[in-house]
Amino acid sequence: MTLSFHAETFRDDYTFANSPAAIRAFPFPFDRDAYMYTVNIEQHVPGPVQSATEFPIHIDEHYVAEMRDRAITLAEDPLRCQSLPHMMTAEWDLLELLMTSMATHYPAHFTLSRDGDRWHWINRPMDVDQTFTFGDVSTLPQGPMEYVTRQCQGDFCLLDQREDNLWMDAGMVTSQADWSLDFDLGMNFMEWHAPVPLAHDLGVFERALKFLLNLQHGCPVRRLNWTMTINPRLDTSPENYHRWGIDKASVTPENVGDKVHLRVELQALWRLPRSNAIVFSIRGYLIKMDELVTQKKWARRFHRVLASLPQPIADYKGLGRFRDTTVAWLSRHDDGLPTSPGFAPD
Amino acid sequence: MKPSTIKSRPLYGTLAPVPQATQHIAIVEGEGALALADAFAGHEALRRTIILFSPIAHRADHDQTAVLTSLSCEALHLASNVQELLGTLVTILSTATMGTRLYVSGSEDFIGRVTSEALRQGIEMDAIQTEHRGAPTRRVQCVHCKGFIDGVSASPALCPHCGLHLLVRDHYSRRLGAFMGVSIDAESPGDLPPPEAFGA
Repeated sequence: MTLSFHAETFRDDYTFANSPAAIRAFPFPFDRDAYMYTVNIEQHVPGPVQSATEFPIHIDEHYVAEMRDRAITLAEDPLRCQSLPHMMTAEWDLLELLMTSMATHYPAHFTLSRDGDRWHWINRPMDVDQTFTFGDVSTLPQGPMEYVTRQCQGDFCLLDQREDNLWMDAGMVTSQADWSLDFDLGMNFMEWHAPVPLAHDLGVFERALKFLLNLQHGCPVRRLNWTMTINPRLDTSPENYHRWGIDKASVTPENVGDKVHLRVELQALWRLPRSNAIVFSIRGYLIKMDELVTQKKWARRFHRVLASLPQPIADYKGLGRFRDTTVAWLSRHDDGLPTSPGFAPD
Repeated sequence: MKPSTIKSRPLYGTLAPVPQATQHIAIVEGEGALALADAFAGHEALRRTIILFSPIAHRADHDQTAVLTSLSCEALHLASNVQELLGTLVTILSTATMGTRLYVSGSEDFIGRVTSEALRQGIEMDAIQTEHRGAPTRRVQCVHCKGFIDGVSASPALCPHCGLHLLVRDHYSRRLGAFMGVSIDAESPGDLPPPEAFGA
């Protein structure tokens, strides 16, 4: 399919908006009227046509604008992209995964030709035409991970597997929900999840780690995670929290619909063939409350989820200052009728 | 010390010489000297033990230096500050062989700095023993300006590099040897709770 890319911003004047088609494709993360942590992992198999999971790597109307925003963030803070020296094989694995998937599923926009180790990559939306030698870093303008993730939506982490654990040893992270790659780099699975409340005591991370250590090549998995963001800001990093934190105090009953966004992460995990590392991709989606309530089922359900959310989870997600105002606003869109099963809009 | 509720925070133990080690390197600060003496006094491992000691300037650490001298180890290096001690450590580790064991004792921020440097020099985590002695101060990295702050005793703490007031989060990086400090009043500028001292 051919996409039409928006000229829009994720900072300053915040012109980001979803088309009606993008709203319908939004990966709404609640399949019932309440939320609690679970190991909600499923096979990353193709979902419905024109949904976020139709293809393994989802490119949408926000692609060009998101890549521009990433470039701005990297120019200001190069530590958002880091890789420990032993991760080079995994970086090439990642480049192969992303380029082949993008070229296969979006041939109007991306082309990859391979002649042995000589690769030719064309990225039309970003006006890139690059010939390089697979495995030879000197033939690319950046390292393979940085090169390909400057051209692919979503944050990416490369997890090394050793000592029955996973280690956050490389990543490109510019649109994160308040965690720092620079701080977490080199940590193991339990360490980087340390700040998450409740889930440790539920044994969620032990089970998730055990599952992921056995992840097989060719059988990727996915899960959804969510939080809320004020303004459609991609760079909600701890590094810049002193700049965007104040936005949380700006929500009023009059501006909820425009300012308050549900932020959903479609997280996927792939075993890589050469390095035996795992790609952890975090593909973010934003939807403002005005857009969300165009789907009646989502309006009712999100109102109920937000109103009943356990306080420690609300605190961890940083919703304290605007949760009540948003619940009150959403209540006007909840007529109390039952909601249908499943995630999809009616 | 009680097991930490902070899952990324290291657990500290009690130093004990590993008999089969070919070389012991003890890196201690202030009261950490006493932890080393408790573990190594009279032990045959001392003949293969290099000690690096950084006294804490404003305290009367002469006795601790005397305690270390009386251990009669292979070599004793006295450093005038932690930076100098780390420089010596890097030099010694550059010629270290397999079978080398590290023993680190002192304040939590000292242990963090030494461990972080040792990991950078290629020493495996399981070749490093740690024991916490002395004040419960923490080393903190400001997530905003990336500056390090040593000897932090309470939260919130002022970042001397960028001037932000930092909440010291319960999140610790062994690579950086530091806790994360993040702006405490970003959502409500100037709204600062009174500092709360860290427990042991």
